[in-house]
Amino acid sequence: MDRKTKILLNVAAAAVLSLFLWWAQESFGGYRIQILNLIAINAILALSLNLIYGFTGMFSLGHAGFMAIGAYTCSILILPETQKEMLFILVSPYSWVQAAQAPFFLAVIGGGLVAAFAGLLVGIPLLRLGDDYLGIATLGFAEIIRVLANNIPRLTNGALGFKGIPDYANIWWNFGWFIITLYCIARIINSNLGNVFMAIRDDEAAAKAMGINIFRYKLLSFTIGAFFAGVGGALLASLLTTIDPKMFLFTLTFNVLMIVVTGGLGSLTGSVLASIGITILMEWLRFVESPIFIGSFELKGIPGMRMVVFSLALLFIILFRREGLMGMREFRWDWLFGKFSKRGSANGS
Amino acid sequence: MSLAMFVQHLLNGVTLGSLYALIAIGYTMVYGILRLINFAHSEIFMLGAYFVFWGIVLLHLPWAVAMVVAVIVVGALGVLVDRIAYRPLRDAPRISALISAIGVSFFLQNLAIVVFSAIPREVYRPDWLENAIVVGDIRVLPLTLFVPVLSFLLMMGLVFIVYKTKPGLGMRAISKDIETSYAMGVPVNRVIAITFGIGSALAAASGIMWTLRYPQLQPVMGMIPGFKAFIAAVVGGIGSIQGAVIGGIGLGLIEIMAVAVFPDLAGYRDALAFILLIGILLVKPTGLLGEKLEDKV
Amino acid sequence: MDRDMILEARDLTIKFGGLTAVHSFKARIGKGSIVGLIGPNGAGKTTCFNMMSGFYRPTEGRVIFNGRDITGMPPHLVCRAGIARTFQNIRLFGNGTVLQNVMVGCHVRQKSNWLHNLFYLPSNLREERAVAAKSLELLKVVGLESFADEKSRSLPYGAQRRLEIARALATEPNFLLLDEPAAGMNPQETNELMDFIRKIRTEFNLTILLIEHDMKVVMGVCEHMWVLDYGETIAEGPPESIRKNPRVIEAYLGEECVADA
Ligand SMILES: Nc1ncnc2c1ncn2[C@@H]1O[C@H](COP(=O)(O)OP(=O)(O)OP(=O)(O)O)[C@@H](O)[C@H]1O
Ligand SMILES: [Mg+2]
Repeated sequence: MDRKTKILLNVAAAAVLSLFLWWAQESFGGYRIQILNLIAINAILALSLNLIYGFTGMFSLGHAGFMAIGAYTCSILILPETQKEMLFILVSPYSWVQAAQAPFFLAVIGGGLVAAFAGLLVGIPLLRLGDDYLGIATLGFAEIIRVLANNIPRLTNGALGFKGIPDYANIWWNFGWFIITLYCIARIINSNLGNVFMAIRDDEAAAKAMGINIFRYKLLSFTIGAFFAGVGGALLASLLTTIDPKMFLFTLTFNVLMIVVTGGLGSLTGSVLASIGITILMEWLRFVESPIFIGSFELKGIPGMRMVVFSLALLFIILFRREGLMGMREFRWDWLFGKFSKRGSANGS
Repeated sequence: MSLAMFVQHLLNGVTLGSLYALIAIGYTMVYGILRLINFAHSEIFMLGAYFVFWGIVLLHLPWAVAMVVAVIVVGALGVLVDRIAYRPLRDAPRISALISAIGVSFFLQNLAIVVFSAIPREVYRPDWLENAIVVGDIRVLPLTLFVPVLSFLLMMGLVFIVYKTKPGLGMRAISKDIETSYAMGVPVNRVIAITFGIGSALAAASGIMWTLRYPQLQPVMGMIPGFKAFIAAVVGGIGSIQGAVIGGIGLGLIEIMAVAVFPDLAGYRDALAFILLIGILLVKPTGLLGEKLEDKV
Repeated sequence: MDRDMILEARDLTIKFGGLTAVHSFKARIGKGSIVGLIGPNGAGKTTCFNMMSGFYRPTEGRVIFNGRDITGMPPHLVCRAGIARTFQNIRLFGNGTVLQNVMVGCHVRQKSNWLHNLFYLPSNLREERAVAAKSLELLKVVGLESFADEKSRSLPYGAQRRLEIARALATEPNFLLLDEPAAGMNPQETNELMDFIRKIRTEFNLTILLIEHDMKVVMGVCEHMWVLDYGETIAEGPPESIRKNPRVIEAYLGEECVADA
């Protein structure tokens, strides 16, 4: 199958997706639409973490930090000035915070760029560290971001956070960004640069001997990942319409990590499938946590049950099926059509 | 700062620091042997505090007895966690065990929410810990003497085990070279289990004393002290028990003193440890007292 | 030795703590030659490679490559300068396919960057295609083209060694360091390897320095060699003189006595 056919098939797949979204928009209720939105955002987050961890082998636990940066940046850019005046009741915002305005698309990109810049800044010193030290240091970075959000009220409105963020992030924006993310990361992974990332993950010393400046490429992968994490955070802020520092706890990173591990470290297809599966399950399990009324009889909800189920699921996967759903395999058109071309350098799903 | 104030801050710092140190010991012992950050350790700490609460409220045990029972039960729980979630992954890539540890941590934390509910609870404290002793213009809470002294005794017990008993010898052997230890007939899995037991018991003791100092029970209470204690272990040089103690007490002192000297920094207190960690890792990627690991080509 | 020099080791010394792993290693290697480095286990051979390829910085001494001082240069720049190496304990990118392993080697000579790739620039597409084609060519050279899509870690041992060589060739080196290329090969494969080493020397205009325990290989292909023992150079010269050198025989016999005990 040649490149042209594959591009056509990918475009066709995108068209089918938009048809489905259009149909969903017409016939789904708000709750299901919300789930679709969360799927798209979770997929963006999972793809970006997979690029960092699954493909380049950098164990980063800083995703919540990048998401927070993206979320705050985007919110500041899209909150109307009047709303800002209402929000900042304890202290007045910096004048540039009060004045900052941008259309939604640019605000999301802005969120991504600021997150990417943060990724670059922390990446330069931290990426020298090996696996678990890197993990704990990036976790520390995310915590520091959260503490900063709490302590710079003139920028972030402190612990109160933002309310009434305009809900621009509809399914078109969310899935549009999902497609952009998937396209960019798949392009990178399927080019020789992707092979270089994979080489760094598999054996740093050998990669150095191949003339690869591993620090540079780690930083590149980390920064791109941070960009899309920021984008995901920005979309999430607009989707939920409220944010505060408590939202960006380690739990948020844990959720993304769970999706990536479930889908398979080093499989974009796996990340997308796991985003769909886990998001639906998460929402479905929500009912366990909220009270159910049967007539006048009330069944108490069990708070915490959702995460109990999910951490058990993660444990189960890591203990019994370490490679996750897809391992490192990817969906390929060749495979779908049952033909096996001689060399697999196809474009992903 | 007056002398009286200084002494008080000092005692508070040492109290907080000993609590960090007790947790840090568990992190450092496990890391020294398995190269694993036992994320679940912070939940072990939390459960210690909850079990005492239950022992008193449900079983009507006297406070001191409840403490001992809780420490033992939690020690056993630590062994169980290793058996179920870590031992099957001994040959897996290191990161798998780490993810497993994160999973266990979230599992225990949320199980605690399910069982105990997320609502913070008040904790029983014996009165005699609260009645300040006054010496001149220095006011000292017995608590701030009790915690460091008990911690010190526990640490001495640990040093005795590690340096004077057979399992201790095993621990030191395994942390030097696990392969050779297997070959030399060290009962590796048993020694690791004992390590988890001891580490967890110490964390439980710390959790219990933590609630004497900060009398509120919450399922998420372990997370922040856990991170900080781990950082203390890293700063002290992971794998070294002395390092964990020095790191823990140092961190406690720094936190208390920094806020005492610069009250404006109070909001940043929880970030302080992380900033310290990142700073130190940048200068010495294996911690202050850690040994250098060469990447042999 | 009237040919042009490609690499010169000037009194290379390296210490690890108290241990002097290599002491004052001197070598002048002529362009286009095949030369060898031998010695008992732990003599310091791999350590010499590591100093020449930038993995270790020598405590003292200099490495001059093509008239340029490359001492202490990081490995990726050494590779860019034209020195490629293989590893004694094979280090492939285990999860990648055989073809991908070689493509990684090509990357250092690639010109376009990731942004070109993101925006589908035609120049980038052409380059990516050229890289794949070149990699496949190299796989033909080492006889692995039929395994191109296999996972590299599933290859048999001898094939993995050949893949490492193909990957090293992909970086377009002038100077190739082979660390025990015959280790783990059967006699048949070893014979093929000797022809293969001579073949790539001519085909790719290479100078080759190899470490080898298999005396048949070293004596068969090398024009000149150095013998290390406990970090000291105990002999140097063409194969015939090395074979007869009493110090060399002693070093190797001494080792065997230890092994027998
Ligand atoms: N990074 C290092 N740190 C400490 N010692 C090292 C290091 N690298 C090598 N050595 C020591 O230097 C000496 C020489 O090792 P080297 O690997 O160069 O031997 P070799 O000649 O390649 O042996 P072999 O034939 O077994 O491969 C050995 O004693 C080894 O332990
Ligand atoms: Mg060697």
